[in-house]
Amino acid sequence: MTARSVTIVGAALAGLRGAEALRRDGFDGPITMVGEEAHLPYDRPPLSKQFLSGEWPADRTSLIGSAQLSELDVAARLSTRAESFELSSRVLELSDGERLVVDGLMITTGSRARVLPGGERMTGLHVLRSLDDAVGLRADLDRSPSRVVVVGAGFIGAEVASTIKTLGIDVTVVEAGRNPLGRVLGDEIGAICGEIHREQGVDLRTGVGVDAIEGAERVEAVRLSDGSRVNADVVVVGIGAIPNSEWLRGSGLTVDDGILCDETCLAAPGVVAAGDVARWPNRRFGEVMRVEHWDNAIEQATHAALRLMHEGPGDEATEFTPVPWFWSDQYDRKIQMAGRVRPGDRSQLVTGSFDERRFAVLFGRSDRLMGVVGFNRPRHVMRYKSMITDGVSFADAVSADV
Amino acid sequence: MKIVVDYDLCESNAVCMQIMPEVFEVRDDDFLYVLDENPGDEHRSKVDECVNRCPKQAISVQD
Repeated sequence: MTARSVTIVGAALAGLRGAEALRRDGFDGPITMVGEEAHLPYDRPPLSKQFLSGEWPADRTSLIGSAQLSELDVAARLSTRAESFELSSRVLELSDGERLVVDGLMITTGSRARVLPGGERMTGLHVLRSLDDAVGLRADLDRSPSRVVVVGAGFIGAEVASTIKTLGIDVTVVEAGRNPLGRVLGDEIGAICGEIHREQGVDLRTGVGVDAIEGAERVEAVRLSDGSRVNADVVVVGIGAIPNSEWLRGSGLTVDDGILCDETCLAAPGVVAAGDVARWPNRRFGEVMRVEHWDNAIEQATHAALRLMHEGPGDEATEFTPVPWFWSDQYDRKIQMAGRVRPGDRSQLVTGSFDERRFAVLFGRSDRLMGVVGFNRPRHVMRYKSMITDGVSFADAVSADV
Repeated sequence: MKIVVDYDLCESNAVCMQIMPEVFEVRDDDFLYVLDENPGDEHRSKVDECVNRCPKQAISVQD
């Protein structure tokens, strides 16, 4: 049965693109978009880059204005959190006390930044996930701190370190792993990321954890697991994200590190999920995955929206089988990755060299091409991404003329 | 429709090239080249997808 109205919980990239997909598909019923933040949907990638550097004002990150949203005929309820949902009654309870009986439901509540286990709260201690987070961090950078410590050399950490360094502020990056991004890109490429940090004058400490953030009201230092102590006025914690799915416990939906969906992004009759919060079996890779990439939020929301509209008998439910892809801009390097890579996959440099930091490396499992990582090689990454989509063998990809 | 690329924003992520290789090409110099600035209206939904999925929001369409 096709939904007569749709409620989208989560007013960020996935929620917006889902609403747009519904309208493009010809859906003319009411769409309500509920968002916890006070802002209309905005774009997160510039927060760690152009916004943090001061190059862009906050409004430049906006994805849609209120006039365009009205044109799309979407009612936005901002500063409103979804508290609970009950599948059997289809009652959605909001933080303002209202209880809505929803028809079609699209869950795009995303994820939030993981914080240090101690959960310390003090001035100068930041995460970077939302626009408000970025505004707070930016204000602290304007106070000309003498040193910033970034905890975690993942993508957020690396981008933040890169931006802060260009502002002329000293940066220490603390990474528990042997190399930055080693778990994602492998240790060989991770080591290159480490070299790039150090060449840019970042004090990179790998293989150490954080024992404590020291300070009273305000951050003063970070104590590391090797016994050393780094003085800092500002600390940015970038140690991953947690899906915002707790509000659905007891809803009748399966919550397990995100909302568990079927192959088509359907979580229950009339309920779909997309973006950071959705976990689903991606048949292409034979893996149940949850993907936190910008591009996936768009692609999955579009897929999920159409799934919601074409639920009836006779409607063909298409499986969602994307090749995940992301980019990260750090210093003057554009890092891109497509596919799924695991430790133990074989790898092969196919173009460029590690020395010039401009290359593409392919990853394979048995005879299959599984992934590609590129440094300043966008064209190659996209060509190999197409080959992953087309099921090209590792050997054929290695010998292909790209 | 006319495709307009803001080259101050474009960082050659090549997403558009993957969606419409007949219109967008990132060459080995890492720059994006628009091969066909005026694709026919039958390509509208593909062009919209390029606009939406550009990580830098660098592509727009003038009708």
